[in-house]
Amino acid sequence: MSDLLAARSQMAMSLGFHILFAAVGIGMPLLMVIAEGLYLRTKDPVYLLLAKKWSKGTAVLFAIGAVSGTVLSFELGLLWPKFMAQYGSVIGMPFSMEGFAFFLEAIFLGIYMYGWKRVPAIVHLLSGVAVLFSGIFSGLFVICANGFMNTPAGFRIEDGKIVDIDPWAAMFNPAALAEGLHMTTAAFLSVAFLVAGIHAFMLLKDSKNPFHRAALGIALAVAAPMSVLQGATGHMAGETVGETQPVKLAAMEAHWETERWAPFRIGGWPDVERQETRYAIEIPGLMSFLSYGDPNAEVKGLKDFPKELHPPVPVVHVSFQIMIGAGVFMMAVAGMGVALGLWKRKLPDSPWFLKAVILASPMGMIAIEAGWVVTEVGRQPWIIQGVLKTADAVTPMPGLWAPFLAFSLLYLFLGATVVVLMINLVKHSPTFDENEA
Amino acid sequence: MSYELLLAGILVVALVAYSVTAGADFGGGVWDLLAFGPRARAQREMIARAVAPIWEANHVWLIFVIVVLFVCFTPVYAVIGTALHIPLTLMLFGIVLRGAAFAFRSYHYGPKQFYWDAVFAISSLVTPVALGMCVGAVASGAIDADVDGTVRSDFFSSWLAPFPVSVGAFTLIEFSFLAACYLTLEAEHEALREDFRLRAIGSGILTAVLGWLAFALAYQGAPLIFAGIAGNVMLIAGISVVALSAVGALFARKYRLAQILAISQVSLVVLGWANAQFPYLVVPDLTVHNAHASDAVMEGALAVLAIGSVVLVPSFVYLYAVFKGWRQQG
Repeated sequence: MSDLLAARSQMAMSLGFHILFAAVGIGMPLLMVIAEGLYLRTKDPVYLLLAKKWSKGTAVLFAIGAVSGTVLSFELGLLWPKFMAQYGSVIGMPFSMEGFAFFLEAIFLGIYMYGWKRVPAIVHLLSGVAVLFSGIFSGLFVICANGFMNTPAGFRIEDGKIVDIDPWAAMFNPAALAEGLHMTTAAFLSVAFLVAGIHAFMLLKDSKNPFHRAALGIALAVAAPMSVLQGATGHMAGETVGETQPVKLAAMEAHWETERWAPFRIGGWPDVERQETRYAIEIPGLMSFLSYGDPNAEVKGLKDFPKELHPPVPVVHVSFQIMIGAGVFMMAVAGMGVALGLWKRKLPDSPWFLKAVILASPMGMIAIEAGWVVTEVGRQPWIIQGVLKTADAVTPMPGLWAPFLAFSLLYLFLGATVVVLMINLVKHSPTFDENEA
Repeated sequence: MSYELLLAGILVVALVAYSVTAGADFGGGVWDLLAFGPRARAQREMIARAVAPIWEANHVWLIFVIVVLFVCFTPVYAVIGTALHIPLTLMLFGIVLRGAAFAFRSYHYGPKQFYWDAVFAISSLVTPVALGMCVGAVASGAIDADVDGTVRSDFFSSWLAPFPVSVGAFTLIEFSFLAACYLTLEAEHEALREDFRLRAIGSGILTAVLGWLAFALAYQGAPLIFAGIAGNVMLIAGISVVALSAVGALFARKYRLAQILAISQVSLVVLGWANAQFPYLVVPDLTVHNAHASDAVMEGALAVLAIGSVVLVPSFVYLYAVFKGWRQQG
């Protein structure tokens, strides 16, 4: 394994691990705040119990998110010191804001988790709201920095030197907004489905349990609008990629020829040797329309770009397909839930629907992982699009397979422990009798 | 005052804040490891209770330091990340395992409890030692680098030397001393308080021994630091007086006073180090003057720091008021 590949793998693995917990850190506070708000309004103890149980699980996941995020903040320098030395200060603005957002998140999470009896009810609820918003902004700021890597802005290069740094322009780069919104809705959607799936699973065995019914209701109420927003923000992100990173768009769609009426491909396997994509279902003009609002618009194909600037097309295309598929599936399940709920005027709880929710449960997290693969692998060979190659940014440190292996084992071990712990937590969720008593 | 000096000052303040808050959390882990006798269980539970609501917020001071380096002294961040890759990775392992173990063990699930106790305690030990070694390496002058972030020295010799190792040991014991002082105030009954009083006195004395040892080793290992501290009689006198008074206050069972003196002592050590090292950020090549970002970047960062602090400081104080308020203690 080359050092560059080891560094890339370590970064990918660290990001892939952290993003799951980061999403939980954004999504769970919303669910907890809703549950607690409902308790304060209705005084129904089930909601209080729910808020407390959810916060118990969140405490563990948040801790893992905080420490794995710390790892990332160091890894930028440990693995990509050349990137940092040159562009660290250009993209520093969102990172310094993120520092504060994360600080507030940790402070108010402490108050939320351990302050149930120490602060007044309304202060407690507001602490939850503070966690929610600092979590959202924390994510948005980090994504501004990622947007910079995709659409660098706010500086000029003169005689090999970076001059005229405008940190605000760097922060509000063209990709920042679309990416930020897409990821924020993704966090809410995936967490809502994850939670809905867990409680749906429990309801299959214990269909009258008011605790799980309340939980499923809240989770679905968040999932439904988010699944629609997810499509909208995804469309926005797609358009931005089309405007700013045409190679990435072409790789996502496994699109080789520059043409009008470019088709949207469902499935298919890109053959890099022959530069064609086989076995795909093609919907003519849809890609042109989705990317540029006009089915007759010309979409650039991969053949128009030098081969050495192509990202690994199969990885990007397949990941993109997984993301879209998972998103459509979640939207369908959420739509069914809304239809069933409106029709029967009660929580949709038929066993087949609960099973569909369970099936959709991991889809959000899978889509998040796939989406990050699209963004990051789709930008290769660049670490900053068109400006700095990944290979030129890597640390001179030899033997990088060692930290990669060590962190992989560490995260594998932590991941397994978290899963066991969460199963344990779900197993000990309240039964119907306890609620009656 | 120029932007870069102001930012360097903010860095020092954040380092002091990290040491006196998160430092004590790591120290708590050390006392968890060394919990023994009939009250071992009670000691561990008290440490966990004391640390639980605040450790994550305390930990963010480190992120804060990293972010300021990253944004405003970018070459420093790149050079440290390259030259100290190994001890920083060790420190990260410590941070991850400490946090994870702390979260996991709060579930008390069966016989595995002991296992997480061990992970928590050992990772609490590794982190301050690695942190201290990094500080020692930065101060030693053994990191040979350019302002463009290129490192010419190797990946071991700067931190794997007597001086950085002594700073690592000193950091660990200093944090443990601080934690023991804090814990005397958290104890709910006299016997437990007495346990930590004795621990505080013991570690206080050991801190002094290790402090002098690190200072002596600096003569060879970090000449700049040695000269800076040796030439500052007031500093040496100040730290000594404060440290002696802290131990004295513990003998007299004046716990609140001992805590304040312990905080002052730790702060003075950090300030003394910063003062001796000024204007170097990484001795001998990177300074506050040659490694800072452009004015536009520093202006932006300072604006964010100013606005952010308006929200952060009251929130942080509120967190402490809720969980460590004067009324609940001593």
